[in-house]
Amino acid sequence: MPKMVIETCSVEWLQILDEDGICDEELRPPLSNEEIKKLFESMVLARTFDEKAFKLQREGRLGTYASIYGQEAAQVGSAFALRPADWMFPAFREPGASFVRGLPIHMILQYWAGDERGSQIPEGLNDFPITIPVATQIPIAVGVALAAKVKGDPIAVMAYMGDGATSKGDFHEGLNFAGVFSAPVVFVCQNNQWAISVPLKRQTAAKTLAQKAFAYGFPGIRVDGNDVFAVYRAASEALNRAKAGKGPTLIECLTYRLGDHTTADDASRYRSREEVEQWKTKDPIRRLKKYMEKRNLWSEAYDQAVRSNAKEKVERAVRVEESLPPPDPRDIFGFTFEELTAELKEQMENFLKVDGKERSESKDVLYG
Amino acid sequence: MSTETIKTTYREAIRAAIREALLRDERVFLMGEDVGRYGGCFAVSKGLLDEFGPERIRDTPLSESAFVGAGIGAAMGGVRPIVEIMTVNFSLLALDQIVNNAATILHMSGGQFNIPLVIRMTTGAGRQLAAQHSHSLEGWYAHIPGIKVLTPATLEDARGMLRPALEDPDPVLIFENGLLYNMEGELAADAGAVDISKAAIRRSGKDLSLITYGGTLFKTLQAAEGLAHEGIDAEVIDLRTLRPLDTATIVASVGRTHRAVIVDEGWRSGSISAEIMARIMENAFFELDAPVARVCSAEVPMPYPKHLEDAAIPQAPGIVAAARRVVRGHE
Repeated sequence: MPKMVIETCSVEWLQILDEDGICDEELRPPLSNEEIKKLFESMVLARTFDEKAFKLQREGRLGTYASIYGQEAAQVGSAFALRPADWMFPAFREPGASFVRGLPIHMILQYWAGDERGSQIPEGLNDFPITIPVATQIPIAVGVALAAKVKGDPIAVMAYMGDGATSKGDFHEGLNFAGVFSAPVVFVCQNNQWAISVPLKRQTAAKTLAQKAFAYGFPGIRVDGNDVFAVYRAASEALNRAKAGKGPTLIECLTYRLGDHTTADDASRYRSREEVEQWKTKDPIRRLKKYMEKRNLWSEAYDQAVRSNAKEKVERAVRVEESLPPPDPRDIFGFTFEELTAELKEQMENFLKVDGKERSESKDVLYG
Repeated sequence: MSTETIKTTYREAIRAAIREALLRDERVFLMGEDVGRYGGCFAVSKGLLDEFGPERIRDTPLSESAFVGAGIGAAMGGVRPIVEIMTVNFSLLALDQIVNNAATILHMSGGQFNIPLVIRMTTGAGRQLAAQHSHSLEGWYAHIPGIKVLTPATLEDARGMLRPALEDPDPVLIFENGLLYNMEGELAADAGAVDISKAAIRRSGKDLSLITYGGTLFKTLQAAEGLAHEGIDAEVIDLRTLRPLDTATIVASVGRTHRAVIVDEGWRSGSISAEIMARIMENAFFELDAPVARVCSAEVPMPYPKHLEDAAIPQAPGIVAAARRVVRGHE
């Protein structure tokens, strides 16, 4: 009865575009110049939005907001690999991915401004609303993938999560379930190394998050999450794999949360300025810019145009969001059940009267 | 409905309902722990794997949160899952998926995503399964807006509640009291879907209303028969659906009898029995000739020894005694 190794696990690291914009052309995904520009423009849009959302919060025009500063490549690169028929499940730090999918920008602002209509995903967009509870979207995403498999739909599901989510039961149960049924799902973990104040080493004793997939019987890969080519390539391969009936993949995008956890947080209380500065040198937008410059895809004029276009889109979204009429108070009752029950109808009728008068639909009365 | 009947059990009636659903709609599938090869921990799905195959009778890993969550996703994704949870106690492992997700997604998505999910689970005591497998938490679930809570107590309801549940665009929880699985009786050969919107008066009476559901219905009917011998004519209401609760039937009955006893295998504090009392207070206070009483389980973790377990949950003699107190002022 010999003692022997019966299983080994290896985790690949993928980086295609380094911090200086030097690209491994053999590994570079076959993207057209237009597509490369689109990646750049999407990342600039994501960052422009992020900067604006932060300012709006500080001005009291937006509620708590979770910044994506520094994580643009992980979001844009992965969502760029999706087809419209595929499904996308965000956690709460993926506006960059949502914009690539086509979610109107003002809806993310609506969401963080406390207007639930921001979660009313437009018809035809196969996206789930923002999920704040950590990891709970994972089993649901797996269920959508299972339904697609049962129906024979040639689609896949992409589910996002952060590093903190990998400690949750729903992560482990969901990934295990997906592995058992070979569900067409791609798990994208944005490992930004901080779950509010809890560093990665307090989430896991494992060397990587990618290796967790191994225990569930499917591949996990760690990619440079600030390298949009690596993220896109890994996501494309994983989606193809899922659609070919080969089951799930976990992609760990190693990145860094350059901002605070949310606008309600002050990260300087628990991490060093040096660490943050060090990660700023790995900026995903700057490295793509350097690459594009070498390929003659980037110029000052182009950059100016991209940034002003992004700014204009975001400003327009702010105007749209801020000019929306307040939600109808009836809405809070409308979506508990498909049809209003007798008791809810009675409660709604009482709710609509304040001191014997009709509850106005104005913001003052609604929130006052 | 034809007059022809078949002899069947509660378990077989549920199985027949699942089978019919699988035959009727190819989007329907059953998933949960041991539902396939083992035929279900309470033998409800016995034989279905052979007939429908492993894609439609799907044994899952032991992961309540995953298979309930995946059920939510599958329902969103256009199929019609019936999720079986072995017991209500195990459903607590999926509480987040049920309460925070299934019950809220329609609201959180502004009406975009319906969750037409059906979750079946065993509830209740009386089978010596002790304190971690025997509780009656259906009243707890009835606290949650956004889910419907069904408690079939008769063969007709065991056979007929699944179809409206599957046709419902909202998540529906079906609680099957474990004591009922072996209950045998006659069922119309062509029994099918039932209306789930109303409580049912299982016995008409004029002296008091006995209000119950699920596993305590047959005990309550037994108590009513005993009371009849003493000259107390009890009406028995089977609530059938705990959310939305059919307040109108309760209030109308109390309006006729002026007295009420609520029988609930759940614990009394903060319970569905308390809710029913509150609704009687709100809607029929001036109809009452006596304080409303209730018969519930002892507020302890369920005992393991048979005689203590039986003593800890509502039984017919206790229901009779409570009824006497309410009608006569003494036992």
